[in-house]
Amino acid sequence: MSETLELHLVVNGETVRRRVRVRQSLADFLREDLGLTGTRVGCEHGVCGACTLRIDGAIARSCLVFAAQVDGAHVETIEGLSDSGEIADLQAAFRARNALQCGYCTAGVLVTAAELLRAERAPSRAEIRELLSGNYCRCTGYHAIVDAVEQVCRLRVAQG
Amino acid sequence: MFEQRPREEALKAPKFAYFRAQTLGDVFDVLVRHGDEAKLLAGGQSLVPALNMRLLEPRIIVDINHISGLAGIVEHGSGLRIGALTRLSEIGASPLVARLAPLFAQAVPFIAHLAIRNRGTIGGSLAQADPAAELPACALAVDAVLHLASARGLRAVAARDFFTGLYATALAPDEVITAIDVPAAPPETRSVFLELARRHGDYAIVGLAARARFTGRQAHDLRMVFFGADSKPVEARAAAVALRHSARVERIGSAQDALAHDLHPSADLQADRATKLHLARVLLARAVRALSEAA
Repeated sequence: MSETLELHLVVNGETVRRRVRVRQSLADFLREDLGLTGTRVGCEHGVCGACTLRIDGAIARSCLVFAAQVDGAHVETIEGLSDSGEIADLQAAFRARNALQCGYCTAGVLVTAAELLRAERAPSRAEIRELLSGNYCRCTGYHAIVDAVEQVCRLRVAQG
Repeated sequence: MFEQRPREEALKAPKFAYFRAQTLGDVFDVLVRHGDEAKLLAGGQSLVPALNMRLLEPRIIVDINHISGLAGIVEHGSGLRIGALTRLSEIGASPLVARLAPLFAQAVPFIAHLAIRNRGTIGGSLAQADPAAELPACALAVDAVLHLASARGLRAVAARDFFTGLYATALAPDEVITAIDVPAAPPETRSVFLELARRHGDYAIVGLAARARFTGRQAHDLRMVFFGADSKPVEARAAAVALRHSARVERIGSAQDALAHDLHPSADLQADRATKLHLARVLLARAVRALSEAA
């Protein structure tokens, strides 16, 4: 039982060892200790979705997880998803369709929307909106985001 | 490799000591020694916001996520046993839950958002006993039984005895929920889950978990549990009597009037008392119609 802890995890495929304060959120750990500032911190109580990332393959709010909890886990941030090319088509569609303006929410939106790209059928616009209902965007009005996600999902399904 | 940056000193959560429990025995030891000053961390989707907003300042956080045997869904007797640490998204995706506890399967999509459901647990939701939460109402509507453990031993508590008030339960300071038993829905059971919220995934203003058994087109044993409409989930018994425990559309009006006896909503940030009662009437009518049309 202590106030710091030796952390050993994998972030975007790289092994990381750090001593962390146990009350530091995963979002703050990534941003401040690892310099991975793509993960945004908005409301810091799980409402806005800006800090969404993957823990062991499942999306989660990194403001609602302490860094101490991901000891031994695989964490993927927007930097990892960008570098791997996994969502390159989605990112291109966001750009082409003006699905971002200030960009603050975009990383969280992309990580969340990527869940739909793994499905075998194209989701309806209602399904896209439902999945993204936990990601707030104050710029776009959401239509362009839904357009971009819908287009990429359809293309992916068409391409098998 | 990652560049080391200077650390900001400001942290959201208050100071606490973190303890990663490996067994239930570890948990009991901490709870016996520290009681209320220790808080259990399961999914953390209610606890961590409370810590970040400094509504709670526990001395010790006990992380129970590494205890084996606390998560999972299995058939048990004629029903289901759901481990307390089972994530909400797993409950929502489980074919076993869809078949044997359909009300839970219907409720899960209303709980927050996928990223929250991937972390949040059923045990955490029941222990938190938020008056607007979905699963406590489901547990009550299906007569679920909660298994509690402490250094003193094990006990089973029916959902109807578990929820005692606003964020209050029968869980003693030294106890932990280990599992929830959900009786299988009897054959020809139909259930309806309804919720009114300002946006999808927001806290419910008012919600309703309802179920009935059917013999042919005749519904009986109607159970209606409202949430967000009182300090805890409440079974609408007077309204069910007014409906003759059936899905009788022609009796909706008198059942709606009877809700004033069943529910005692207090105003919250979302709606005042009269609005909540009105919305409960709306949901009752929708549920009875849905059940009668399902027949």
